[in-house]
Amino acid sequence: MDKIKLTIDNNEIEVEKGVTIFQAAKRIGIDIPALCYMNLENLGVENRPGGCRICVVEVEGRRNLAPSCSTVCTPGMVVHTHTMRVINARRTVLELILSDHPKDCLVCSKNGRCELQSLAARLGIREIHSVENAAVSTYKKDSSPSLKRDMDKCVMCRRCETMCNEVQTVGALSAINRGFNAVVAPAFEQRLVDSNCTFCGQCVAVCPTGALTEVDHTPKIISALMDPSKKVIVQTAPAVRAALGEEFGMAPGTLVTGKMVSALRRLGFDKVFDTDFAADLTIMEEGTELLDRLGRFLGGDKDVKLPILTSCCPAWVNFIEHNYPDMLDVPSSAKSPQQMFGAIAKTYFADKMGIDRKDLVVVSVMPCLAKKYECQREEFLVDGNPDVDYSISTRELASLIKEANIDFNSLPDEDFDAPLGESTGAAVIFGATGGVIEAAVRTAYEIFTGKKLDKVDFKELRGLEGIRHATIDFNGTKINIGIAHTLGNARKLLDGIRAGMYNFHAIEIMACPGGCIGGAGQPFHHGDGSVIQARMEAIYREDSGKKIRKSHENPYIIKLYEEFLGHPMSEKAHHLLHTCYFDKHD
Amino acid sequence: MPNYKMSLLCCGGTGCRASQSVEIVERLREEIRKAGMENDAQVVVTGCFGFCEKGPIVKVIPDNTFYTSVKPEDAEEIVREHVVKGRKVTRLLYEDPDTKTHISDSKHMGFYQKQLRIALRNCGFINPENIDEYIARDGYEALAKVLQGTPQEAIETVKKSGLRGRGGGGFPTGLKWEIASKSRGDQKYVVCNADEGDPGAFMDRSILESDPNSVIEAMAICGYCIGATKGLVYIRAEYPLAVKRLQIAMQQARNYGLLGQDILGSGFDFDIDIRYGAGAFVCGEETALIHSMEGKRGEPTVKPPFPAESGYLGKPTNVNNVETFANIPVIFLKGPEWFASIGTEKSKGTKVFALAGKINNVGLIEVPMGTTLREVIYDIGGGIKNGKEFKAVQTGGPSGGCLTKKHLDTPIDYDNLTAAGSMMGSGGMIVMDEDDCMVSVAKFYLQFTVDESCGKCAPCRIGNKRLEEILDKITQGKGTMEDLEYLRNLSKVIKDTALCGLGQTSPNPVLSTIDNFYDEYVAHIVDKKCPAHRCKAMRVYVIDPDKCKGCTACARVCPAGAIQGEVRQAHVIDTGKCIRCGACYDKCKFNAINVQ
Amino acid sequence: MSKIKSLDELRRMKARLENEMDIREKSNNPEKFTQIRVAMATCGIAAGARVVMNAIVDRVEKDRIPVIVTQGGCMGYCYAEPTIEVRRPGEEPVVFGHVDSAKAMEIIDKYVLHGELVDGVIPVNYQTISDKK
Repeated sequence: MDKIKLTIDNNEIEVEKGVTIFQAAKRIGIDIPALCYMNLENLGVENRPGGCRICVVEVEGRRNLAPSCSTVCTPGMVVHTHTMRVINARRTVLELILSDHPKDCLVCSKNGRCELQSLAARLGIREIHSVENAAVSTYKKDSSPSLKRDMDKCVMCRRCETMCNEVQTVGALSAINRGFNAVVAPAFEQRLVDSNCTFCGQCVAVCPTGALTEVDHTPKIISALMDPSKKVIVQTAPAVRAALGEEFGMAPGTLVTGKMVSALRRLGFDKVFDTDFAADLTIMEEGTELLDRLGRFLGGDKDVKLPILTSCCPAWVNFIEHNYPDMLDVPSSAKSPQQMFGAIAKTYFADKMGIDRKDLVVVSVMPCLAKKYECQREEFLVDGNPDVDYSISTRELASLIKEANIDFNSLPDEDFDAPLGESTGAAVIFGATGGVIEAAVRTAYEIFTGKKLDKVDFKELRGLEGIRHATIDFNGTKINIGIAHTLGNARKLLDGIRAGMYNFHAIEIMACPGGCIGGAGQPFHHGDGSVIQARMEAIYREDSGKKIRKSHENPYIIKLYEEFLGHPMSEKAHHLLHTCYFDKHD
Repeated sequence: MPNYKMSLLCCGGTGCRASQSVEIVERLREEIRKAGMENDAQVVVTGCFGFCEKGPIVKVIPDNTFYTSVKPEDAEEIVREHVVKGRKVTRLLYEDPDTKTHISDSKHMGFYQKQLRIALRNCGFINPENIDEYIARDGYEALAKVLQGTPQEAIETVKKSGLRGRGGGGFPTGLKWEIASKSRGDQKYVVCNADEGDPGAFMDRSILESDPNSVIEAMAICGYCIGATKGLVYIRAEYPLAVKRLQIAMQQARNYGLLGQDILGSGFDFDIDIRYGAGAFVCGEETALIHSMEGKRGEPTVKPPFPAESGYLGKPTNVNNVETFANIPVIFLKGPEWFASIGTEKSKGTKVFALAGKINNVGLIEVPMGTTLREVIYDIGGGIKNGKEFKAVQTGGPSGGCLTKKHLDTPIDYDNLTAAGSMMGSGGMIVMDEDDCMVSVAKFYLQFTVDESCGKCAPCRIGNKRLEEILDKITQGKGTMEDLEYLRNLSKVIKDTALCGLGQTSPNPVLSTIDNFYDEYVAHIVDKKCPAHRCKAMRVYVIDPDKCKGCTACARVCPAGAIQGEVRQAHVIDTGKCIRCGACYDKCKFNAINVQ
Repeated sequence: MSKIKSLDELRRMKARLENEMDIREKSNNPEKFTQIRVAMATCGIAAGARVVMNAIVDRVEKDRIPVIVTQGGCMGYCYAEPTIEVRRPGEEPVVFGHVDSAKAMEIIDKYVLHGELVDGVIPVNYQTISDKK
C-alpha cells in the first residue's frame, strides 16, 4: 500500500493512503476535538458530514481551515492542530452551537454524559458571545412509546440519520428545512409513531446530546414499588447482565448477574425473575414450530413457508411489518421472551400467587428501547391490562440503583427467584447475534434426531460479521441457517429471500449491531466496537458456566408444560405464547 | 419560400414578455398581413437583447433600426411607416441621454459600444426555437470539427484558450475537463449548472432562452472530451421559458442527429436530460447540485472527492455553468489563440454581467475581461440614476463584496476582484448611490444567505444568523463597538470554517463594508446616526420653521398625531411620538421637513 | 427531417440556411457593405419600385453579392420613379432615376460591383425625413 508522509504538530508521521488527518493525529496521540464525527469501525460506517467544524485544523498552503475528520492526508502535508487561529475558530464555532442550544443541562437526561457538554468543558467555554435575545431554533416535541425527540437540542451531527438510513435502512429520519431551521426529523415533521420508525433506538444510542432519548419509565417504577396494593415483579434480559457493570465503572464484559439480582431486590421488587426463563420457553415454542415446518417441508408440503425467521426482536418485527407486508407469514409466530414472560407471569404465576393480574405489575429490564413499544402493543393487552407493564433500559436501571444509593460494586451475588428465574445457557446467549438460533439448534437437533448432542457450542453461528451462513448436519439432513444483525443486513437477506436467492431453513435476525448486547438501551459505547466484543464474550462465558445448556432440559420449563401448558404449540400455548403480525405499510 | 427583404427581430426574453412583447409580435404580424407584405417582411422572436431597461426591443433589419420601449399599439405605426414606406419611427428610437439625439443603430449606443458579445453572440439575433438559424451561424460546426479529432486535442484547445469557469469559482475549464477525462468510470456525466441563484443575475436564463443550442453543442463537445455519453441540465423550475426552449432545441438537435446515437456519423453517442431544481441557492454548489439531481437533500459534501472523481450517482462528472458552455463553440470556431487574445493575463475572454440597482441602463452586458468598473458603470451603464453620486457596487452577488470609488478603475477580472475583497461570482453587479446605507446593504445580503443556507454546517447555519442579528442591532441604533469587533471576528471564522462556497463567502458583504465603510458603521454605533438616513430607527424628522408655511398637510397625514401647529404657523414634530414612517416628509410640498 | 451525417453535410446545410440569415448578418455592420435603398413611397410603388426591389433582392441572393437592400421613403423625385440610392462603403450616395429591372442589373454590374457610374444619376440635393435629426 502507498505510504504518505506528513507532519502534524511538528511530528513526522507515515500513514496509508486514504487516512484522514483526524485518524493520523490519533495515532500519534493527538486527540483532535470533534462533535459530529463518529466511527463505527465494526459496522464499517463512518459519520463524517463535516458539519460541526469543531475538528478543524490548519493546513499550510490552504486558504481556509480543514475539517480533519474528512480531509485525507496528502504527501508532504503540514498540519497544525492547535494554532491560535484554530483555537479561536473552534471556540467561536462551539459558542455558536451553544448559542442555539437550550441551557437546561441540569435536568437534561444526558446531563453528565452529553458530548456537547464535555466539549464545552474541554474548550473552556465560560461565556457565549452573541447578541441579546439571539434567536433559538425550536421544534415540536415528539414522544413515542419508546423514543423522545427534543430537537431544540439537535446539533445537526447527523449521526442518527446515518444509523437510521445507512445502518438500519429504515429511513425514518432525515434532515428537513433549511438554514437556521434545519433539523433532523421524520418526513414532513410527522410524529415518529406515524412514521416507519421501528423504535430500534440506534439513533438514541449515538445522539451526542439530549435531542434523542428514551422515554423514561423510572418514575412509574417508583410509583408501582410505592403502591402497597401491587405486587411488583421484574424480569431481566440476558444482555443486561453483560453491560450493567459499565454504568458503575466496571470494565466492559464484566458479568454482574448476581449483583444485579441483589440490587433489584434492594430496590424492593417482590420477585426478581429472569427473562432467560422465557427465552427457554421461546425455544420450546419456536423450535417446535421450526421442526413442524421443517418436517412438513421435507415431507413435500408445498404450502409450508421456509425459512422460518426468529421473532424475538421487536424492532425487527416492526421492520418487517412496515417494509415486507407480503412476508408476514415467514417469521415464527412465537412471541418474544419479554412477552412470553408477561403472559406466563399474569396467568400461571398470578394463579400460583392467588392474585388478580391487575394487581401484579410486571417490569422488564431490557437492553432495548423497542421493548417499551412492544409491551404496549394492543395484542399484548388483556382487557386493557398489559402482560408487561413497564419496560426500562439497562441505563434506566442503573440510574434507579444510583438514585437509591445502592453501592452496586460491593453488593453480594444473589440468585433469581423461582420458578420464573431458572434458565439454561441456551437462554443467556439470546443476548448476542446468532445466540437465538444456536439455542434453537441445540434443542431442535436433539428432538429431530432423537440423539444427544455431544458438543453444544456451535461456533460457526457466532461472530460479528453482519450476515453469516452456516449449515448444520442434523444427522444427515443439512439445515441451512442464516444470521443477520442490523436492519440493513436484514433487508439484504429479506430481499434475497424474496428474489429466491437463498435456500435457508431458518434465519435469526436482530435489529441492533451485535444483537441485544449492542441494544439502544445499553450503556453508551460511543461506537467502540471492543465494548460489544467484550459483552459478547461475557455472554458466552455465562453460557459455558451453566450446568444446563439446552432449553428443553430446564426443569422449570418441563414443569410449566406439565402443570399448565401441556405441550409446545398446544392450544393453550398457542393462545398465550404466540402472536400474529400486521401490515403497517403505508 | 418567401424571400423576406425585411426582418423585425422582437425580443422574446422573459423580461420583455412581461412587458407585452408577445402581444407586440402578434400585432406586428397582423399589421404586416394587413399591409399585404407578409412575403416581404417577417417577424422573428429572438432572445434577449440585454438592454432590458428599454425593453421591449424591436430591431428592424436590414437597416438595423433599434426601437426601444415598444408598446403593442406602436405596431401599426412601425409597419405603416417603416415597413411599408421605409421611414423610421423617430419617437421610438433610443435617445442619447447626453446629446438628446435619437440613435437608430444600436451600435452607436453607449450601452453597446464597449460590449463584446461572445457568450451572448446569438442573443437577440436568432430565433432560439429554430435550430436552422443556429446552424446558419456556424452552429454545430465546432462539434463536427471536434469529432474529427481526438478528445485530447479538444481538451488542449480549451486549455489553450484560458477559459475559466463563469459560475463563480473561476476554475480553468480545460483543466477540469482533463481531470474528468482521466477519471475512470464505466459511465460519466456532463452536467450543465443552470441553477442561477444570485439576486439580480439572469445571464444563464437569458442564454438558455436566446441560444439554447450553443449550450447543447458545448455539452456534447465536453461529453466527447471526457468520455461521457450522458448530459444533464440542472435548471430551476421557475425558468419555464428557458426549459421550453431548451426542450425544443434538444428535440430539433435529435432530429438532425446532433444529439443521440452516432452524432454526425462519428460513432459518438450523447444525449441530454433535464433535471429540475427547486431554486435553492446552495444547489448552485456542484456537490449540492449533484445530490439534488440524485433526489437527495440539496446540501454540499466535503471535497475531495471532487465530482470529477465521484459525482452524479458516484460516477465521474463534469459540472460547468451555462455561460462557460456558451463560450465553448466559439473557441473552436475562432481558435483558442483568438479567445486568449481577449482579456487580461489570467482571465481570458469576456464576462457577462447583469447590471442592476441605481444605474441608468439596467440590463445584461458582455465585456472583455479587463474592462474597468468605470467603463461598465458609466459608459455602458449610463451612470447613476437621477444624477446621484456613485457610492458602491456589489459584485458577485451575496457572496461578493462592495467595491467603492477607489476601485472604479480596477480592470475587472477574477484576481483583481478577489484582491479587492469581492469576487466575480456569476456576474451580478448591483450599483448603489449615496442614498444607500452600507450596513443595511450588508444586512440585506446576510438575510439572503440566512434564508439560503442549507443548515448543514454550524458556522453557516448559526453564524450567519448571528451576523444578521448583530447587523440588525446596529441598524436599530443599539450596536456597540464590541459588537463590531465580534462581527469582524465571527465573519472571519465563518469564512475560515464553513463547509462550502456559500458559507465561506457569505461574510464577504460584511467584511467588505466594514473595510470600505468603517466610518458608516461607527456613525451607526457611536453617533447613532445613519448617514444615508436609511435606517428608520435612527431617523429624526425635523420641520424647518423658516420653510414651513403652516399648511397643516403634515399634521393631517401623521398617523401618530406627532405633529402640532396652528394654521399658517410653523409646525413642530414631537420626536417622542414620531414613529418615523416618513409620511409627513413625502407630503410636504415646501421641502420643509428634514431628516437627520 | 433527415439526420446530418458529416461535417460536409453540415456545411452544405449551413450554406443553404445562411441566405435567410444573410440580411441579419450584414446589418450587424452595414457601413462595410454597399447599401441599395429603393424608394418605396406610393409614387415609387406605383411606378414599379416593388418589381425592381424584388429583382435586386433576387439577383443579390443568387450571386451572393455583398450588399444590403433596404427600402426608403419618397426621395422627392417623383417624376423619375422608380429611384434607387446606392451608397458604396465610405462614399457619398448616388441616386439613379427611372430604374427598371434591366437598369437595376446594369447598376449592380457596373456601379455596385466595380464603381463605374452609369447613366441616370440624379444630382443629390435633397434630404430625406429619416436623415433629419
